[in-house]
Amino acid sequence: MASYASRRAANRIMMGLCWAATLFGLAWLALILITLFWNGFAGINLDVFTHDTPGPNTEGGGLRNAIVGSLIMTALGVGIGTPIGILAGTYMAEYGRYSRLTFYIRFVNDILLSAPSIIIGLFIYAALITEGIEHRIVGYSAIAGALALAVIVIPVVVRTTEDMLLLVPNPLREAASALGLPRSHVVLKIAYKAARAGLITGVLLAVARAAGETAPLLFTVQSDQFFSLDLTKQMANLPVVINNFAGKGYANWQQLAWTGALIITLAVLTLSIAARVLSAQRTQK
Amino acid sequence: MTMTETVAAVAAPLPGHGLPQKISVRNLKFYYGDTMALKGINLPLYANNVTSFIGPSGCGKSTLLRVLNRMYDLYPKQRAEGEVLLDGQNLLDPRQDLNLLRSRVGMVFQKPTPFPMSIYDNIAFGIKLYEKVPRSELDGRVEEALKGAALWGEVKDKLTASGLSLSGGQQQRLCIARTVAVSPEVILLDEPCSALDPISTSKIEELIDELKDSYTIAIVTHNMQQAARVSQFTAFMYLGELVEFDDTSKVFTSPREKRTQDYITGRFG
Repeated sequence: MASYASRRAANRIMMGLCWAATLFGLAWLALILITLFWNGFAGINLDVFTHDTPGPNTEGGGLRNAIVGSLIMTALGVGIGTPIGILAGTYMAEYGRYSRLTFYIRFVNDILLSAPSIIIGLFIYAALITEGIEHRIVGYSAIAGALALAVIVIPVVVRTTEDMLLLVPNPLREAASALGLPRSHVVLKIAYKAARAGLITGVLLAVARAAGETAPLLFTVQSDQFFSLDLTKQMANLPVVINNFAGKGYANWQQLAWTGALIITLAVLTLSIAARVLSAQRTQK
Repeated sequence: MTMTETVAAVAAPLPGHGLPQKISVRNLKFYYGDTMALKGINLPLYANNVTSFIGPSGCGKSTLLRVLNRMYDLYPKQRAEGEVLLDGQNLLDPRQDLNLLRSRVGMVFQKPTPFPMSIYDNIAFGIKLYEKVPRSELDGRVEEALKGAALWGEVKDKLTASGLSLSGGQQQRLCIARTVAVSPEVILLDEPCSALDPISTSKIEELIDELKDSYTIAIVTHNMQQAARVSQFTAFMYLGELVEFDDTSKVFTSPREKRTQDYITGRFG
């Protein structure tokens, strides 16, 4: 009986520790979100979406140029990275499933997936931007930023595309082949269709990942005070504006940094929830 | 190809009374990597007849079926040696167009595999692949295929519903309809009823009996009563070899081989 009682006591202690660890972890997340919502919502007004970022010692201002810049660069980055990622993932799952090459691609892709994003920013900087003014391919520019984001997007999409296509049962491919469908039709009309929700989920997660990245943009776009749609010039964007405004002494800059952080967080949260809902639909079927 | 050649290729005297052979398998060997799964099979499939393949798991009957439409080509390290003649043409020839072959030799699988699309599109998909059919005619072809698979009455009011929404037995009949819709010449059935209840099974067996008037059919089954009910010829396979091939009635009443006798009476397998 004594050992039973001591086991029960040990069980209670362990359960208590587990709960404490969970609460400790969640408490920080809650604190971050509460602080962000508290400070961010205080600055939300129409000016945020209609005015551009203010210069030093200027009253008011908004985030219009940064929001538009972020949308443009994220869209471009995802637009460039998604087709490459889907094609590579399709090769790995559908054509090269048993080949040695796929094994190596998967290995390299996993490294790229976990590479710190600052390295990717540095890579684009070194590849496109340095080399002296007269030899440089582009300067700090939106297009360089979009390319850096594309490099972030590609491994995410490659991974989810391969995983989702591998989930499509082989008998379905055999059944399609047995009807005399050429391989391209089997992939396009059957495998993609069966994996559609998963493929979209992967792209949404990649968008969320790209939207919040700061480091690659610091090295490739920097930022700009004015509204611009010129891809070959520096362009304002939310992550770098937050980085620039947060630590400075102007109250309106600090407020805009909070608000910008809230906008990014809400956007990423929405995308993640959409991805969750989509993948839940897939598993129900 | 003359009859005498074919007879000479098979060790035992051939049953079939000179029926035309749609497919002739000659000294077929099949390998998974280094493992030999079929050890020299000789066998005819008679036109407009049902031939059933029985034998314990792993005996090579599904493997044999997958050679007949070159399904194994989807996977690396699987290869076949010998000859399989379809209307006299060796379909193992590397120059054989696989998509064309598979449009002539259709296959239905153990687990129902409806495509992730509507019931209508499951059928129309295959038809549109081979023929330019106007919409009005397509409707008729889909209806015809579904009627042929004894499914029309159950689905005619929900053709736009997903193929996945049907019951297992209905899904399997949908897959048969899909296969029939592209007008193949041979239909291969790989344990088509093993995942189905007895009512769905009997519907599919009736269907097989009707289909044999227009097609040459090969069916792999673990159910010996099923083999006896649906087929005119039966092949008993064991460990990659064809032990016995004869009229179904002879295989089940007076088999030549003791191993066949033992298997059909449930003494091993």
